[in-house]
Parts: sequence; structure tokens; C-alpha cells
Amino acid sequence: MRALVWHGKEDIRCDTVTDPEIEQPRDAIVKVTSCAICGSDLHLFHNFIPAMLPGDIMGHEMMGEVVEVGPEARGKLKKGDRVVVPFTIICGECDQCKRGNFSVCQRSNRKKDLADKVFGHATAGLFGYTHLTGGYPGGQAEYLRVPFADATHIKVPDGIPDEKVLFLGDIFPTGWQAAVQCDIQPTDTVAIWGCGPVGQMAIRSAVLLGAKQVIAIDHLPERLEMAEAGGAITINFDEESVIERLNELTGGEGPEKCIDAIGMEAHVSPSMPDTVYDRAKQMLGAESDRPHVLREMIYVCRPAGVISIPGVYGGLVDKIPMGQLMNKGLTLRTGQTHVNRWTDDLLRRIEEGQIDPSFVITHTVSLDEGPEMYKVFRDKQDSCIKVVLKP
Amino acid sequence: MAYYISNIARSKGDPKVLHSGPSSLGAADRMAKALGWFSIGLGIAELVAPERFTRALGMEGKEGLVRAYGVRELGHGIVSLSPDKHLGLWSRVAGDGLDIATLMMAMRHDNPKRDNVGIALAAVLGVTLLDIIGAQGVTARHSRPRGRPRSYRDRTGFPQGVQAARGAAKDFQVPPDMRAAPPLAAVSDRAPQERARPH
Ligand SMILES: [Zn+2]
Ligand SMILES: [Zn+2]
Repeated sequence: MRALVWHGKEDIRCDTVTDPEIEQPRDAIVKVTSCAICGSDLHLFHNFIPAMLPGDIMGHEMMGEVVEVGPEARGKLKKGDRVVVPFTIICGECDQCKRGNFSVCQRSNRKKDLADKVFGHATAGLFGYTHLTGGYPGGQAEYLRVPFADATHIKVPDGIPDEKVLFLGDIFPTGWQAAVQCDIQPTDTVAIWGCGPVGQMAIRSAVLLGAKQVIAIDHLPERLEMAEAGGAITINFDEESVIERLNELTGGEGPEKCIDAIGMEAHVSPSMPDTVYDRAKQMLGAESDRPHVLREMIYVCRPAGVISIPGVYGGLVDKIPMGQLMNKGLTLRTGQTHVNRWTDDLLRRIEEGQIDPSFVITHTVSLDEGPEMYKVFRDKQDSCIKVVLKP
Repeated sequence: MAYYISNIARSKGDPKVLHSGPSSLGAADRMAKALGWFSIGLGIAELVAPERFTRALGMEGKEGLVRAYGVRELGHGIVSLSPDKHLGLWSRVAGDGLDIATLMMAMRHDNPKRDNVGIALAAVLGVTLLDIIGAQGVTARHSRPRGRPRSYRDRTGFPQGVQAARGAAKDFQVPPDMRAAPPLAAVSDRAPQERARPH
């Protein structure tokens, strides 16, 4: 089959690879009908996430048709079922899964020993990601093996196009969880840094959850325009001071809730000197992540407010203002998304017409064009916001 | 092949690469990579054996300068190999200018190694040309073309419009493990000790 394969920094290729095979009795094989490139794939593209190996298949946002089912997954899945695959692999039975903390499933990471050493305790297995999260082959491919498939799936009805439900596997629940962990009240201002795909979903989620105002921060005009279309007030950080503007919009008190939909690769600009410092340290290997957004959120957030971090961080950051964070009594909520905790509810909202996540798709191409689209998406060329691939 | 060796980290049902297809790396990116590694190599040589350069060029006593150029060269290399490679290559072009100026000063008539300096100068001029081609190549490949971006004004994501969407998910119950401080309205008519209680 064909698949997008990681070969090194900025080197993704559309390779011919062997087909995946059922290995464990709970496995299933899915024929991928649609998959997408995610912002976190770009961290892998830049080789900022440790423990990638040449030959790893990319992709953790995918859906398709079940074509083979292992004997122990047969009660829950059958050939021909249409499923979205969540990016977090879950056993559904461990203590964390029972609590709904699916992204820290205790049993799905097959490289547990390695992950225990690096993270202290292993987190869930993820598709198309580092070997620290199991090194499972991803779904930017024609076929995908889904481990623990009896739990790791979201069934979707026929008759609803792929584009409407594909993002149930990652960015929609990710933006949703980012907003939910803010516990949004009708009096709240929610500020969202980053108008990429997750930021766009977080904006829509905060609007649906009834925030008083939603403020979106970016500097790309097309992304700000999409944010505004979704009901956000926008701040272009190339043109105005984020902190001044946020205070202005909140009567000088700052937003109650802040969402970081940027993560480890904050935009670098001489007008934000800390980003230049971070970039230099990052190149020398003295810091892995550029936490500009974290610093800004901690500074501007209203005391006793909440900071929600769906943006991906990889390792070590520098110059985090702990004094501000502690004295202001801020709550930090983080984590990879507990996808299956939200998807039944979100699928209903899509079916009822509350939201249609396909608004974010700007490019649909074949798998062969995937490598080039990584570049287009990374360089934000051609007003690219979200790429869907059709294997 | 690196991907062949990495198969030891895969299980038997994992797909393995049979043959490789088109890459996201363009010709300009490969050139940047090569020039970046060239910078690293040259930088290390200048740092550890500056006397080789000074002797060959009749610039004895300038070892400190060569070492400083070595550090500069390493910087060019690191940036050229990073995602910001256009900055790395343009910094190499600037560095080439500095190298050329330095070599021109060594082209004195009384320098017995004048011939060597001439050869070095020719080499640097050749590399400068490559650097300019490479820098222009990666800049063109990775910059956002000027002009109007596409318009996403109608991309609301809400089939019933933004106004209908505001608060449409009010039926959603935030799970207890994700609750935050209560809103003012919920506490203002309660006694102070009651306000402190979790809602
Ligand atoms: Zn993703
Ligand atoms: Zn589990």
C-alpha cells in the first residue's frame, strides 16, 4: 500500500510499504477513506518531538471502513462498519480509561518501558507519533491497523459525508476539551491564542458553550477572517499589543479563561524578543520548546482564572513566570485529548446541525500530493489551514 | 538505509518500507542541507586547526580570527539545517562577503603565499554563488506569495448561523474534574462561608 512516511527532518515521502496485519486478537484493519494533516504533525516534520525513526508512518486523523476484525473485537465491530479512529489508542478497561482519562490509558502504549523512563509514567499509545507513545504506524495511508479496536473507534452512520465527521478523531474534541476544561460561564471572556485548526474548533466550542466573548489571536489574515466568521473578536499581534487589547476588551481585568492552541513552536518575531531568545536556544539544543504563549497567558489572565493547554509541548521550556502563576492562583489544565469521552455528544451535535466541522478544510488532495502539502501547510502558503488527504 | 535498520523497532504486523517515493524536500532544501553541513565541517576545521589556514594563506598570527570565523561558520550551519534555513543561507552569503574581504587583504604583493590566497578566493567566490542560488531557492520555495489571501468570511462552521450558535450547547454538563471557580452571579446572593464551597 502507499503511505506517508517520516524519513527525517522535513523529509516526508509517499512510499510503498507492506500492508498492516492483524497482530493481536483485539486488532482491526481499517481501509482509510479520508485522513488529515494535523498541526502536531508539523512538530514531527521539524523533528522537534524526540524518538521518531525513519520509516515511521505519519498520521493520526483518519476514518474509513473496517475490512478485517480480530476475534476478540468481533462483538463490537464488524466488517463494513464505518468508523472514525481516535488518535488516542484506548483499552477501555484500565483505571484511567474507566475515569474517562483516555489519553493516559495505562495499557495501550506498547513502548511502556521507554515512556516510563522519559515521562515518569507512560501515557496512552498514539497513532503516527513518536516511539514514546508506542510508535504505532499512522493513518496517512491506505490501510491502518487499529489496536484495541473494540474500544478504539467511533462508529459513524452512513449518509453523512466524511468531511463532517473526520475531525471527531482529533481536532474537534481537542478544541472542545480545551473549552470544556475552562468551565465556561456566561460572564466569561475566553481568549484563544492561535487560529489554526484546533484554535478554530476551540473558538466554535467556546461560542457553543456560551462564553460572553471569545477573542482569537493570530497574525495571518485568512485565519483571523475564519475566526471572525465563527463569532470571535480578533487580535492581529503584528498590528496591535495583545496584552493591551485583551485588557481593553475586559475592562482592564484580563480574560478569565485562556486557551493555548499554539504549543511549542510559537511564531518568532523581533517584536517579541523572548521568541528570538527561545529560537536561538532551541537551535543550540538548550531548550526544546518556545513557550511565548504560556508566558503571555500567565501574564494577562485574570487572577484565579484558568489556562487550558491543548497545544503540544515536547520537552523543556525556559523562563516560565512561576511567580505570576502561583501568586495569581491560576489553574493550568493540560493533556492530550480524551477523545472518546466527548465523541458521542459531539457526533449528536453534528447530526443536529449545531456545528459542521468541515468549515476548516481548505485543501483536499490525493495521498501522493501529501509530501508537498506538508510544505504548503507548514509555510502557510495558498491560505492553507487544513489539508484532507484521500488515499 | 536508515528505515531498514529501524525495522528492529517494529512489530511483525507493522508496515515496512518497500520503496521510497517523492519527498517533501525540494532541490533547494537539499542544497541548503548540503551547504549547512559544509558550514559545520568548515567551522570545526577552523576551530580545531586554525594554523593550517593561516600557514597556507600567509596569515600567521591571525589564528584567533580564524577561530572566530569558525564559530561564525558553525552558527551559519546550525541555522541552515534548521527550519529557518533561508536565514542560515542568507547569513552564509553575508559571511562569504566577510571571507572575501579578509582574503583580499591577504592578497598583498609581499605575501609569499599569494597564489594560495588566489585559489582560496576563487573557491570562496564559487561557494558564494552557490549560497546565493540556494538562498534564493529556499526563500522562493518557502515564502508566502504576496497578494490577497483566500477569503474565509463565510466559513462560520455553524449551519444555523453564529447568533443561533451562541450558548447552543448550554445543555452540556461540565464534568466535575474540569470545574473552575463559580461565576459571580452564582455566589453573590450567598453568605460568605457558603461562597467558599465548591459549586
Ligand atoms: Zn492532531
Ligand atoms: Zn486504558
